[in-house]
Amino acid sequence: MEQKITNAPAARHRSAPLWVQIVVWIGLLILMVFLGLGLFRAQHPIISIGSRVPDFTLNLFEDYQYQNESQISLASLRGKVVVVNFWASWCVTCADEAPTMETAWQYYQSDGEVVFLGVDYTDVDSKALDFLATYEITYPNGPDLGTRITPIFNRNIAMPETYIIDRQGIMQYKQIGPFQSLAEIRSAIDPLLGAR
Amino acid sequence: MGKKAPANHLFFTILLLFFIAITVLSFKSVRAQEPTPSDDEVNAIARQMFCPICENTPLDVCPTEACHDWRELIRQMLAQGKTPSEIKQYFVDHYGDRVLSEPPRAGLNWLVYVLPPIAFITGLLLLFRAFRMWKVKSTATFQEEVSASKPAHGNEYATRLEDELRRRN
Amino acid sequence: MLAQFGFGILVVTFLLSLFSTSSAIYGYFSKSDRWVESARRALQLTFPLISLSALGLIYLLATGHYELEYVYSVTNHEMPLYLKITALWGGQAGSLLFWAWLMSAFASAMTLRKWDRDREFLPWVVAVTSLTLAFFLSLIIFFENPFIRLWQTISGEIAAHMFAPAGASLFLPSEGRGLNELLRHPGMVFHPPMLYLGFVAFVIPYAFAIAALVTGRTDDRWTRLTRRWTLVAWLFLSIGLVLGMRWAYDVLGWGGYWGWDPVEIAALMPWLASTPFLHSVMIQEKRGMLKQWNMLLIILTYSLVIFGTFLTRSGVLSSVHAFAQSAIGPMFFIFIGITFIISISLLIYRWNDLRAEVEMKSLLSREALFLLNNLLFLGVLIVCFWGVIFPLISEIVTGQKITVGPPFYLRATGPLWGALMALMGIAPLSAWGYSTLKTIGRAIWKPTIPTLLVPFVLIVLNVRNWIALLGFTLVAFVVFVTLYEFWRGVSARRKTQGENFLIALVRLTRRNRRRYGGYIIHVAMVVMAIGILGIEVFQTQTQQTLAVGQDMQISGYTLQYDSLAQFPYVDGRQVTRAVLSVYKDGKYLGDLYPRYDLFPDGQPMTIPAIRSTLADDLYVVLVNWENISINETPFKVYHNPLVNWLWIGSAIFVLGYLVSAWPEAETM
Repeated sequence: MEQKITNAPAARHRSAPLWVQIVVWIGLLILMVFLGLGLFRAQHPIISIGSRVPDFTLNLFEDYQYQNESQISLASLRGKVVVVNFWASWCVTCADEAPTMETAWQYYQSDGEVVFLGVDYTDVDSKALDFLATYEITYPNGPDLGTRITPIFNRNIAMPETYIIDRQGIMQYKQIGPFQSLAEIRSAIDPLLGAR
Repeated sequence: MGKKAPANHLFFTILLLFFIAITVLSFKSVRAQEPTPSDDEVNAIARQMFCPICENTPLDVCPTEACHDWRELIRQMLAQGKTPSEIKQYFVDHYGDRVLSEPPRAGLNWLVYVLPPIAFITGLLLLFRAFRMWKVKSTATFQEEVSASKPAHGNEYATRLEDELRRRN
Repeated sequence: MLAQFGFGILVVTFLLSLFSTSSAIYGYFSKSDRWVESARRALQLTFPLISLSALGLIYLLATGHYELEYVYSVTNHEMPLYLKITALWGGQAGSLLFWAWLMSAFASAMTLRKWDRDREFLPWVVAVTSLTLAFFLSLIIFFENPFIRLWQTISGEIAAHMFAPAGASLFLPSEGRGLNELLRHPGMVFHPPMLYLGFVAFVIPYAFAIAALVTGRTDDRWTRLTRRWTLVAWLFLSIGLVLGMRWAYDVLGWGGYWGWDPVEIAALMPWLASTPFLHSVMIQEKRGMLKQWNMLLIILTYSLVIFGTFLTRSGVLSSVHAFAQSAIGPMFFIFIGITFIISISLLIYRWNDLRAEVEMKSLLSREALFLLNNLLFLGVLIVCFWGVIFPLISEIVTGQKITVGPPFYLRATGPLWGALMALMGIAPLSAWGYSTLKTIGRAIWKPTIPTLLVPFVLIVLNVRNWIALLGFTLVAFVVFVTLYEFWRGVSARRKTQGENFLIALVRLTRRNRRRYGGYIIHVAMVVMAIGILGIEVFQTQTQQTLAVGQDMQISGYTLQYDSLAQFPYVDGRQVTRAVLSVYKDGKYLGDLYPRYDLFPDGQPMTIPAIRSTLADDLYVVLVNWENISINETPFKVYHNPLVNWLWIGSAIFVLGYLVSAWPEAETM
């Protein structure tokens, strides 16, 4: 009985245990941080014009190698303009764009200042090779193994998308959807050739 | 002519036998070929995976053309004699971890498997601790506890009234 | 005209809600009843006002006013009238207006009740409710406005604005885009409204909880009030979830009812927090304990509602269910943050006032078992929450996308569901305040004996799967314990009151609605478990390509492919329909008509043909992504044993709820 009476005033001031409070607030903070980050990423593109493109390595199909290498890394192409084109064999508009891309490649290939890279996004190899043969593509092409390259450029990619990177490794042009003509491609690439 | 005829006959006979042998052998290898894996065999594996591009859609029910290609790929791989885990590994290598229906148990992913059981066990322990605390407390009567632990606000009467009413129920 | 009017009303209602919030708070601090009354009346007015706006939008939808961007995006000429009306919640903007409408209905209903006894709660209940309403209205007004119209500028561009840009004229498309075909189904009529009713109704108990925390009236009054409103919200949420399952089963063509999709789980989580609340609140009423815990559960439930809405509508999660990305994400984020911070701060501030008054004497008492129930439900909740959040965390930290799918959830929650079923059988035999193994044992042996027959019979029937054996045994256990409880109560009445069986049963239930209604609900849950066990453990499927005249076998059934027809339908879609006759053991059972519709805009829709009996479902779809011709028609057939008990169980649930929650004269 006495224990109860003396306890009462003390009980009045005792709040929730401190460790519980700390855990709850920190947990909440961590949750909000992740939600905020998730929201930010959902609403903003992961890479924008003017940002440096992180290095990646593309494994190339056997007949579509670059300088007889079966792998190519973006860093090794520093000093050249790089055109990264994402496509898939099941994508209808990629088929529309393919001849234009090949023509553009032919146009730039001889100078050696521009490299076209085709990245095959979640595709079946045999169908991809059929696609490349149908449209007589000759520029370096390879599958996005493990889907590691595409998330660098766009988390919710829709085929086709093309990203043009300048000689210093900075992304300068983003094309969502197919290129309509060689002129369009040239107007994107030519300005980047000037800077050395 | 007469002298050469037996040699000719022999040669042609051997040639004929050779052709027959080859034909028989080729038939044999056709029969020995596996029948194309059925849709059910393909689906049994596709069901364990998710479409690499659609959201949260299992691979066996995904209607897109890309998923059709992937199911045909599974069919080919089954015909080549690949095991289900080899097929799944191929898909992971080519399309990433998201094709699996749960995260592979590596690195950060261990958290997803480990945290819920730990949380549950922690809850269980807290519950038992609370039980023991409640049991140890003295068993004073209702009235004494109510009057002793007055809530720190002005509406005493209402509180006591509510508690009385509750007790009467 | 009507569009501007509808929008104008929303702005007025928004200002009115803000007025209600501020005058309620001012009235509280200045102890002025007049200001609080003014706030209450203002909140009351929001429902008629928003109704005008919502009805206006419905009218515009029904009459095809395609100059409104929203009407253009969700309706077209071919849709029948009922679908045009339900298109109100077919897109983000309209569904937000629908949400606000429902919330104002509950808010106004809440203001209409007799407040004489609870004058202290009123200011804060009004303040919290009106502030939440104001938040949702602000989302509509500033970000997702269903009343914006299409304008054609001088340069020929088409843009959507509320008011005319300079020099632009109203643009009236001749036809709408129409609702996504998957949504053009009767399920669309009931599932979203029920779900929204459930979500929205949780604002009220939350508002009472906050009011109790702020005013310090943390006694039982708020429990009674909160419990009643929580029951209403819980009913709608439960029905909404079941309707969602039924709709997925009927329309998706995946042969299943639940895919553990993040959006599905986001709707389940508030249910997982409110069900334990409904149990532990009884402990508070009977024994005066667990006030802190119950406060926490209600705050948790409401937070999960807002959190789930945020996940679904902000674009953070991508899912077949989710709305498209929207600008409301950041607003929701801030709202969640504020809700969490204020709720937790208040809870900590009043922590001491919520102290327990009585201790727990027995580990097997009903209160103890209720607490175990709470732990199990929260265990499932943690699994679900973590499974939904983890892919987001993983992608941010590692950059790699991963999937957390059914195997994870089934494995982690399976044992917890099983334990909950066992509890449903044991807890009714345990008494408030005191129980031991002996007292429970004495009661439990009677229902256990018939229960043990079940696994025996199943094994004889060649069922070997241990999950099924255990699961069905637990189902039988709960059913027999419940029957035993009813029988015990009825016999006691018959002995003491001399009534006959039926009258005794009715009077017993009437005198103790909560208990016996609750028992019926438990039985409903395990009946649903029968369906779930049947389909999860014993489902078989097959896919075959047939030519007309051929047949296929599955689980003892023979399906004969009779014919294929292709014809256009009234709304312009091209229907491909196959006819299959079903036989079992040579006996003809009926025909099935699986269908594949192709809409003018290229959207396909598969409609399964289902033959339902108590024992199983035969579920046939035309595999529409393969080529379909008379010689090569691909069919996918699922055999789902016992699945209809899932729906039967949900009907029993409603019955049990009515028994349990039927309003009677307030005892106090």
